[in-house]
Amino acid sequence: MEKYDIVIIGGGPAGLGAAIEAKKQGITKVLVIERDIELGGILQQCIHNGFGLHIFNEELTGPEYAQRFIDMAREENIDILLDTIVISISKDKKIKAMNTTGVLNIEAKAIVLAMGCREKTRSSIAIPGDRPAGVFTAGAAQRYINIEGYMVGKKVIVLGAGDIGMIMARRIVLEGGEVLAVLARGSIVKGLTRNIVQCLDHYNIPLLYNHNITKITGKERVESVTVAQTDEKKEVIPGTEKVYECDTVLLSVGLIPENELSRIAGIEIDRKTSGPFVNESMETSIPGIFACGNVVHVHDVVDFVTEESRRAGANAARFVKGEKSESESMNTIVSGGITYCVPHRIRYSAMPDKLDLFMRVENKYDKATIVINNQGNELVRFKKTNLTPGEMIKQSVKKSLFEKAKGDIEITLEVGGSK
Amino acid sequence: MDKNLVCIVCPIGCRLKVTGTADDLNVSGNICKKGIAYAHDEITNPMRMVCTTVKIKGGIHSVIPVKTDKPIPEKYKLEVVKAVNSIELTSPVKMGDIIISNLFETGVNIVAERDM
Repeated sequence: MEKYDIVIIGGGPAGLGAAIEAKKQGITKVLVIERDIELGGILQQCIHNGFGLHIFNEELTGPEYAQRFIDMAREENIDILLDTIVISISKDKKIKAMNTTGVLNIEAKAIVLAMGCREKTRSSIAIPGDRPAGVFTAGAAQRYINIEGYMVGKKVIVLGAGDIGMIMARRIVLEGGEVLAVLARGSIVKGLTRNIVQCLDHYNIPLLYNHNITKITGKERVESVTVAQTDEKKEVIPGTEKVYECDTVLLSVGLIPENELSRIAGIEIDRKTSGPFVNESMETSIPGIFACGNVVHVHDVVDFVTEESRRAGANAARFVKGEKSESESMNTIVSGGITYCVPHRIRYSAMPDKLDLFMRVENKYDKATIVINNQGNELVRFKKTNLTPGEMIKQSVKKSLFEKAKGDIEITLEVGGSK
Repeated sequence: MDKNLVCIVCPIGCRLKVTGTADDLNVSGNICKKGIAYAHDEITNPMRMVCTTVKIKGGIHSVIPVKTDKPIPEKYKLEVVKAVNSIELTSPVKMGDIIISNLFETGVNIVAERDM
């Protein structure tokens, strides 16, 4: 059995960030296991720019951002297994993987989970109609066009105004295709506002709010889709149906953290994020198994993934060195319009001087205040403007605020103009 | 002129109202000064970054991503892709290699986004 100090599962931005940081902290035997034939993860197909503003202070494309981390990983002499899929991990940190050489058994002192997320598919949103070719998730279409060099279709409808859907709408127009419309299933767009402007408005692609597909028609290939308006409960308004002739449907209807391996190991999963519960050190419910990036919660900006993964890598290194935290875990409990907070648990003694809390909100709020309470005492409040479900909130909090805290940390939202 | 724009300089996305003429623009709805500059560029000389792919022989994949090394005038955005689609590279290519220089006499180069 091969032995490593830290094994990282996934060679995307999260895995590479964690691996490089662990190595920098003096851990010698670090291994990254990646199932694709190259490193970089999903960044390699995100050829548009806008990555790296926080980490590198410049605007890079996805492949450029990935290349910088791949080069750093090479400089740090990190062991890498490509084209290798992990089949299972266990509580005692034994890893079973497989590649063309056969089955590999690897033992680690610490594991970092960095498997990323997957797209929701047609079956997760149950669109009625035929089952012809030409229905793709937006990310699958992105891979076909940007990595494999195939065009996915000529006349396209995009369902869901997520970031990848809008970015792919622009990409299709650039490659000579036509995008008839992007349909937002509610009155709020899930993607970033800047993508509405630079992907749709700049290319005259119509964005239809409160619309959904009620039927896909086609024998071999998509021939048309029926689109209808929806009410505030997202239910179809009868009589508003309109038929669009097209050959392709792209779905941009959400992402889910990929946690099959975490479940096999018995790691506790948060139903709200679909990712593992983690503490301030990005450690899961199993000591010595850490997690970072989109496997924990879906991020909108890769820079935040990098920050989180560096934290996971550094803390995995501390675990291997035998450093322990003595203080009790406090749960972060959210309410009042905040849907989740990562980390879910905080141990005072293991907190860095400043800890980043990542949160999302349920609705659009022009003005709101995040209030953090503990046992009836207000610890701190932060005024916020223009909160929207599509944009993750990153709030840094000082360690000193939590010196006397005990029990649950309650995080809530006061909506409207505040005191 | 009476135009509505959304500023994309930062994630706040201020809704800008632009009136007046190109020489004498009146911008409102912006929180910071950058909104005025953004509106001015958008009205007088909009520029775009263009990212696309080029065919490549002998690489790990059959296409490699490329981009304009700086923003190019908006009117060229579709022409960039057409120009790039007519060529084929041969591996190895390094990130930052110039694929086409001074495209359309704009001073903008097309560069590789990665090694391949």
